This record gives sequence, C-alpha cells and structure tokens, in this order.
Amino acid sequence: MLRSELRPDVTPHTSPASAEHVAAPGDAVPRPTSPAPGPAPGPGAGPAPVQLLAPDGTRRTDPEHDPWVADLDDDRLVALYEDMVVVRRLDFEATALQRQGQLGLWPPLLGQEAAQVGSARALRPDDFVFSSYRENAVAWCRGVSTTDLVRVWKGTAATGWDPRAVGMATPTIIIGAQTLHATGYAIGCAKDGVDSVAVAYFGDGATSEGDVHEAMVFAASYRAPVVFFCQNNQWAISEPVGLQARRPVADRAPGYGIPSVRVDGNDVLAVTAVTRVALDRARTGGGPTFVEAVTYRRGPHTTSDDPTRYVDPAVHEQWVALDPIARVERYLASRGRLTDELTGAVTARADAAAAEMRAGCHGLEPPPPLSVFDHVYTTPTSWLERQRSQYAAYLAMFDEDSADGAAPGGARGTDARGGDR
Amino acid sequence: MTALTLRGALNAALRRALEDDPKVVLLGEDIGTLGGVFRVTDGLQRDFGADRVMDTPLAEAGIVGTAVGLAYRGYRPVVEIQFDGFVFPAFDQLVTQVARLHHRTGGAIRMPITVRIPYGGGIGAVEHHSESPEAYFAHTPGLRVVTCADPQDAHTLLRQAIACDDPVIFFEPKRRYWVKGEVDDVIDASTAPMDAARVVVPGTDVTLVAYGPLVMTARDVALAAADDGISVEVVDLRSLSPIDLATVEASVRRTGRLVITHEAQQHGGLGAEIAASITERCFYHLEAPPVRVTGFDVPYPAAKLEEHFLPDLDRILDAVDRVLGREHSLSGWRG
Repeated sequence: MLRSELRPDVTPHTSPASAEHVAAPGDAVPRPTSPAPGPAPGPGAGPAPVQLLAPDGTRRTDPEHDPWVADLDDDRLVALYEDMVVVRRLDFEATALQRQGQLGLWPPLLGQEAAQVGSARALRPDDFVFSSYRENAVAWCRGVSTTDLVRVWKGTAATGWDPRAVGMATPTIIIGAQTLHATGYAIGCAKDGVDSVAVAYFGDGATSEGDVHEAMVFAASYRAPVVFFCQNNQWAISEPVGLQARRPVADRAPGYGIPSVRVDGNDVLAVTAVTRVALDRARTGGGPTFVEAVTYRRGPHTTSDDPTRYVDPAVHEQWVALDPIARVERYLASRGRLTDELTGAVTARADAAAAEMRAGCHGLEPPPPLSVFDHVYTTPTSWLERQRSQYAAYLAMFDEDSADGAAPGGARGTDARGGDR
Repeated sequence: MTALTLRGALNAALRRALEDDPKVVLLGEDIGTLGGVFRVTDGLQRDFGADRVMDTPLAEAGIVGTAVGLAYRGYRPVVEIQFDGFVFPAFDQLVTQVARLHHRTGGAIRMPITVRIPYGGGIGAVEHHSESPEAYFAHTPGLRVVTCADPQDAHTLLRQAIACDDPVIFFEPKRRYWVKGEVDDVIDASTAPMDAARVVVPGTDVTLVAYGPLVMTARDVALAAADDGISVEVVDLRSLSPIDLATVEASVRRTGRLVITHEAQQHGGLGAEIAASITERCFYHLEAPPVRVTGFDVPYPAAKLEEHFLPDLDRILDAVDRVLGREHSLSGWRG
C-alpha cells in the first residue's frame, strides 16, 4: 500500500455555500484518499443543518423549531444582536491587547458569535457550563466581567472567575476533559431532583478524544441531563475536521443512544431553538442531546498560529459572507429595526465594554510571590509550609539588602514579582 | 471492637461513610451486585441503592471525570479503580483536573474525591494487576496519597480520606486484604491525622521505613533482627504525599541509620525522596548512607518470578546488616 493511501480523508464536511470549493485543499494539507467504505463526508453528508435565518436575512419557516423561538420578538433579537456585536468587539480588543504584549495568548472566537450567544442565552442561571478556552462569548453571557475574561491570558491567575458565582466552570485547556465533568455534574443534578442542566462546550477536534466518547457513554447510561454542544468550527488548530471525522460529528452521538442535531452555527435564532429543545429534553428526563453547531473559526486557533499556512482563502471568503452578525442586521433591516440610532447605541455599548476590558487588563497586577503556595490543598501540608517559609526568608533577604543599599533596586525581588513584559 | 479482615474493615468504613453523609457516592466497575472484584463494596449497593453505589461503564477516565462533575455539584465521590494497572487511562483526569482544580480556581472549588486503588503484588496475578504506581501520584501537587497496613488503620484512614476536602489517592495493599485484626470503629479521625506516620515497632539501632504491604514484612524484619541482637525501629509512613518527614527524622536522629523499603521500582521512587530529604535534615546524625530495598527497575514480572522482585524479609535484613556495616551481609556490599 502506498503511504498516500494511508492518509486520512480530510474533505471538509460542509461547504459554506457550494460544493466547488470544498475539495480544494491547499498543498499544506494531505490529498483525499480513494473512496472510503460507506458514505463519504462532504457537503451532502448528514442532514442539512437547522436554519431559521438565511444568510440573506430572510426568515425561513420551520414548523418543528419555530415554536421554540416564538417568544423571540424583534426586541429580543436586538438583544442577541447586541450581545454578538459586543463579544466580537471584546474579541478584537483582546486580540489587540495580545498584539500589544498585554496578554500572553488569546483564542479568538471570530465567526462563532451566534453559536455561543445563541446557546448561552438559552440557559437558565441555575444551569452550569463546562467549556474549553474559546467560549469567551458564553462567559460574557454568564455574567463574567470583562476584566475576568483576560485574567488567565494575562497570566495573573489560573482562573478568571468563581465558577459558582456565574454557573460556569473554569475552562479546561486539555481537550474534551470538561465533557466528563459536565456529565458528572448532570448526574448530580438528577440525584438532587432538580431540573438544572449541565452544558459541555467543545470543538470538532475534541470529538477525537476518548473523554468525549466516555462522556457520551456515561451520559447515555445514566440518562444524564447534559447537552453536548459541539462547535464544529472546521479546524483543530491546522487540522481540518475531515481529519477528525469521516462523517458529520453529529452522526457519532446516535451510536451511543444520544439524539443529535446539526444546526447552522452562524444563525443565532436556529442555535437558540435547538439548544432550547435540548435543554427541555434534559429538564424533562429525556437525557442528553448532542448539538453540532456548524460554524467557522475565521481567525487563528490562538494568537500564536498563522492560518494563512493552512486556510484556503476562497473557502475563507465564503464563510466571511456567512457572517452571523451581518445576517441578523439584514433581517433587522428588513423589519425596519436597523436604524442608525440602534447601530449607534450598540456600537457605543461595545466600545464601552472594550474600553472597560482594556482598563481592567492594564489594572491587573501579578499576585504576591508567596501566593504561589496558596490553594494547592485545602489545608497546607508540612512540605508546602516549609517551602513557603524558606522562600519567604529568601525573599526577605533581598528586602534587607535593598534597605541596606547592598542590592540597589532589589532587582531580583522585583523580578520574582513578575511585572509587565 | 470487632475482628475484621482489612477488606472487611474497608467495607465497614465505606458503609459508615455512606450512612454519615448523604453526599457520599461510590462509583466503580463491578462494585454493585458483585461487590467489587475484591468484595470491598460487598452488600453496599443492596443496602444503599444503585443511586449511591453506582456500577459504571468500563472507562476509568469516565469514572474519574464524572466524579469531578459530581464534586462540582457538591458530592463526595469515592471511586474504585479495579486494579492498580488500570488507573492509567484515568491518569490524565487525575493529574490535569482532579489534582489542580482547587488551585486553578483559587480555592473556589474543592475536589473531595477518594480514589481507591488495590495495589502491589504477591497474589500471583497476571500483567497490570500487581503494580505500585504511588510515585506518579505522590509527584503531583494537589493530590494526597495514602496507604494502609492493617485493618484498624485501613478503617480509620479510609474514613479520614473520604472526609478530606482534598482529593486522596487511597492505595489498598491487596495481598493484605485477608489479614485479620481488631477494629474499633469509634476511633475519632482527629486522634490520628491522616498525614502522620507512626512508629509501629520501637527500636534503637536502625530505622526501617515501610508502608502498605511491606509494613507487615518490616515487623517480621524487626522480630528476626532482634534474634540477632539488633534493635530495628519500624516506621509506617501511612501518608505518601505529604510524607511525615518529621517522624522519620526524629527516628533517624535516634538510630543514625536508615533503610527504606517499598515494592515499587527504585528509580525515581519514594525511597529516593526519603533518602534525600533525611540526608538533608540528618546529615550529621547518619552513621551510614541510607539504603533502599525495592522492586527492581523492570516491569512487574510474571507471577512465578515475583518472589524475586518483591522485597522480602531476607533482602531487608541484608540491608539492615549493610547500614550496620556487618561483615556477613549476604550481598557482599561494602559501601
């Protein structure tokens, strides 16, 4: 067998608009193999994603899902629109802060605003979110402050917020680990006899991890009230979704006995509808649901990688045309709601949030050196106490030297405290 | 006081924990109707229901990861890993999640998870059923690692582990499951802190540090050495992270000599940690370099070879001879 025949099929599952550009991987990605057994992945594979707002802003009729968003009148859609504009502005601001050296890293969510806002706004305060690191729009919707959004990325803390205060766990960096936590939390909700739901957010790449599969096994076995919300943004850093899955990722769940749905992840109305269906199923004892929000990560995986090395510009442009915010604007315009007054107010709100984030970021100070020993255990161990006191004595030595003028500026002491780069 | 096997003492401790705290839930493979492969959970599902004693799918990462979510929800999960060698699929969840979440959240979230692992050799088992993986976990900040040596300590320590707000890896010496002893289940957990070592045999010539399955062997060593006129002090560590170095240090300051024994492989093992720490603390009290008696740096061998792998009475006695500089040492070691 030739080496090339052993390579995985990397054909993207869903074309943004048409099939022409789908099977056009650049030189940087492996060529598709000969036809695989069973249905090949591609634009025709799997059920068409649920869509309520077409890219041109027209409202599509969907008898199954329309009732679930019947309460979303123009005013409430405007609120979702405002959320999306604000989180995009925050995302740009954080990216800029990283470029300016204020943040060590940032994982942009550009293009995924509808998937995150539509799902997060469907949740109740008593539901609990377990996410990866890209769900900053979800965190915003849960009430996380703009400063808390950047705390981890500036490196002044290992978590930005108190999970219990906002109903959202501290994000996991290890891919897919949080899906099990959500499942366990959901089992706990069922034991407690409450109808709160746990939601796990993860990406298409995570569906290759064992944890996600074990989470689905456990969720199905215990009929856990959990929603698996997969944002298929087409990329796991540089690896296309086709390298992760030969069929739509939503197809995986039914094998575990979990109903799944594909939704247009750039359609905030459709995302809200399918999330509400999944939440309702969970609350009423129907068990888990797997949602595949088909969307697109328009920026890099993080500010550290270079998507021009692996992204086909033509495909990218097609997704840009499917912008989740623009389609809501088109819809609101058709309803006569997209006034200068509205866009002005929303822009002002977004600018204010961004300014708040920037100021908050600048105000973040490194914690005191000895706090490195805090919260390793609920009660400190003898080892840690010894190391803490020894290091405290060591640091104090520099303070004394500094006071004596023996070590001008206390240079190493300053260094130990970190500071902006 | 009741005479119980170590296995029975663990069972009684679990029963007591389930009775005392409705937030305690047990998760594991085959722990329900079968009562666990070693019957440690025997009868608990029958008496407390499948909601409290949960048979799980066969997925160790799934068991531990689910326990994380339950802890987030306010539960106090007690996980059974069926055999030592099966913990590795859950290793990621244990070291990247369970161990770190309290720290990661700045103290906002607690992970009061107990992970019970039958460990060690000596039962003639097949591969992956006789491992001693304690060093991997003791190396990980955020985890507490403990092991028991007799029925009374098994009972006390397990109740302490379940009551602890930190995650605890609880190693059960499987070849001692059937050892019998008196168990007082009204012992107050606070009378013996979970991370305190204990001197199980007092002595004056050599300090012998052991834990888990080898504590019983170490007691035999002390008896045999006494026949030769050598007084061996046996220290049972109980806690492997943190280690109660103060107790070991105090003993070595008295005896001037240190032997450490464990079943786990030597390289990078806890013996090295203890030898280094005690050398640092007792350099001017030591009459000889600390010596380790451990499993060899090979994969755990087939059952018919394990008697050569496992430290036994003679190998430990030989080490006692060595730190005493006795010429008839079997190994011919001269330092």
